[in-house]
Amino acid sequence: MGVQKEANTDSTGNTSRPDGAPASRWTASNEQLERYSRHIILKEIGVKGQKKLLNAKVLIIGAGGLGAPAAMYLAAAGVGTIGIADADEVDLSNLQRQIIHSTEDLGKAKVLSAKETMNRMNPDVQVNTYRTFVSAENIMDLIRDYDFIIDGTDNFPAKFLINDACVMAGKPFSHAGIIRFKGQLMTYVPGKGPCYRCVFKNPPPKDAVPTCKQAGVIGAMGGVIGSLQAMEAIKYITGVGELLTGYLLTFDAIKMDFRKIRLPKADGSCAVCGTQPPITELIDYEQTECGGI
Amino acid sequence: MAEFQVDGSVDITDVVCPVTFVKAKVALEELEDGQILSIHLNGGEPVQNVPRSIKEEGHQVLKLINREDGTFDLIVRKVE
Repeated sequence: MGVQKEANTDSTGNTSRPDGAPASRWTASNEQLERYSRHIILKEIGVKGQKKLLNAKVLIIGAGGLGAPAAMYLAAAGVGTIGIADADEVDLSNLQRQIIHSTEDLGKAKVLSAKETMNRMNPDVQVNTYRTFVSAENIMDLIRDYDFIIDGTDNFPAKFLINDACVMAGKPFSHAGIIRFKGQLMTYVPGKGPCYRCVFKNPPPKDAVPTCKQAGVIGAMGGVIGSLQAMEAIKYITGVGELLTGYLLTFDAIKMDFRKIRLPKADGSCAVCGTQPPITELIDYEQTECGGI
Repeated sequence: MAEFQVDGSVDITDVVCPVTFVKAKVALEELEDGQILSIHLNGGEPVQNVPRSIKEEGHQVLKLINREDGTFDLIVRKVE
C-alpha cells in the first residue's frame, strides 16, 4: 500500500515539472532577497546556499516536541519542500512544548496545524502532509522523495524503523530523543559513520524505559534539540561545516552540559548497515508509547 | 568608467540596508572570477557599508565614482 499524501496548495504559485518536482523556487525578487538576507550575507551560505535550501526536500516524522521547532526553523529558512508525517490530533498536553500548535488548534490533525503555521511563516514553502504513523509498510514510500529525514518521533520502535529504512534506502537522517531535562542527537549519512542501530543494537524491552507521560519532559528541551536537528538538515543541504556523523551529542539542562561523544566506527558487523546484515526487511516492533524521549 | 571594461551592473538605490549588499552580492555571484561589476548606490549608509562588506567577502574594490547627484558608482572586481 502506498502512502497517501493529502492535497497540497502550493502557495508560491510555482508550477510543477511533469515529474511532480517543483520548479526552482528562487526568484531573486526583492521580497526573497529581504526575507533571506541574513542567510545570503553569510559567506558560507550566499545565494548558492539559499538556492539549495529552496530546492531541498526534508521529511519530518513526528509533529511533536522535536518536529515542531525543526519544522518551523526549516520553513523559516526557506527549505522549499517539507513533508510532515503524524497521525495524531493536537491535545492540550502537547501545548507545553509543541510550539507549532496553538490552543485554537486543539483537536485538529497535527499535520494540518503544522502546515498552517509553516505556510503563515513562509509562503515560499510547499508543505506535504501525511496523516499516518510510520510503519514497515509505508515508510519506504514516505522517505523516497526526500533528501533528508528528521526523526522527531517519541518511541523506540519508530526510531529503529526510521534508522533501518534510511539505511536501506541510502537516506541521511537526524536522530534525536528527549526526556526530563536531557536530550541527544546524532546524524547518519550513508557511508559516513555508524547508524543508530550500530550504537543501540535493539529497542529496549517494553516498560524498561519510562514514558514521557510518566517521566515528563521540560518543554524547551524540544526547542533545543529540535532546532539542532534543523541545523543539521540545513548544514547537510548547503554542505556547510561538519555534521554529527560518528558522534552522539548529549545535553543535560540541569548541569547545562553539552557532551559530544565519539561513537565507535561502523565495523561492518551492524545488523542493518553491516557488510552481511541479517536484517534485510523492515520490522514493526511492539509499540511502547512515548518510550524514552 | 571608460578605464574599466564592465561585465555587469546593478542598481541598489531602490533598496535599503542590508538588502543593498545582498543585491550586490547576488549580482556578483552571477559573474565569473575576475569580471567587473558596476554598482550604482546611494550616498550615506550604502556608500559607507557596501564597499566594506564587499572587501570582507574578498572582492577587489577598484574605484568609487561620485556622480555628484547623491549617488555613486562602485567598481568591483570579483575574486572567487
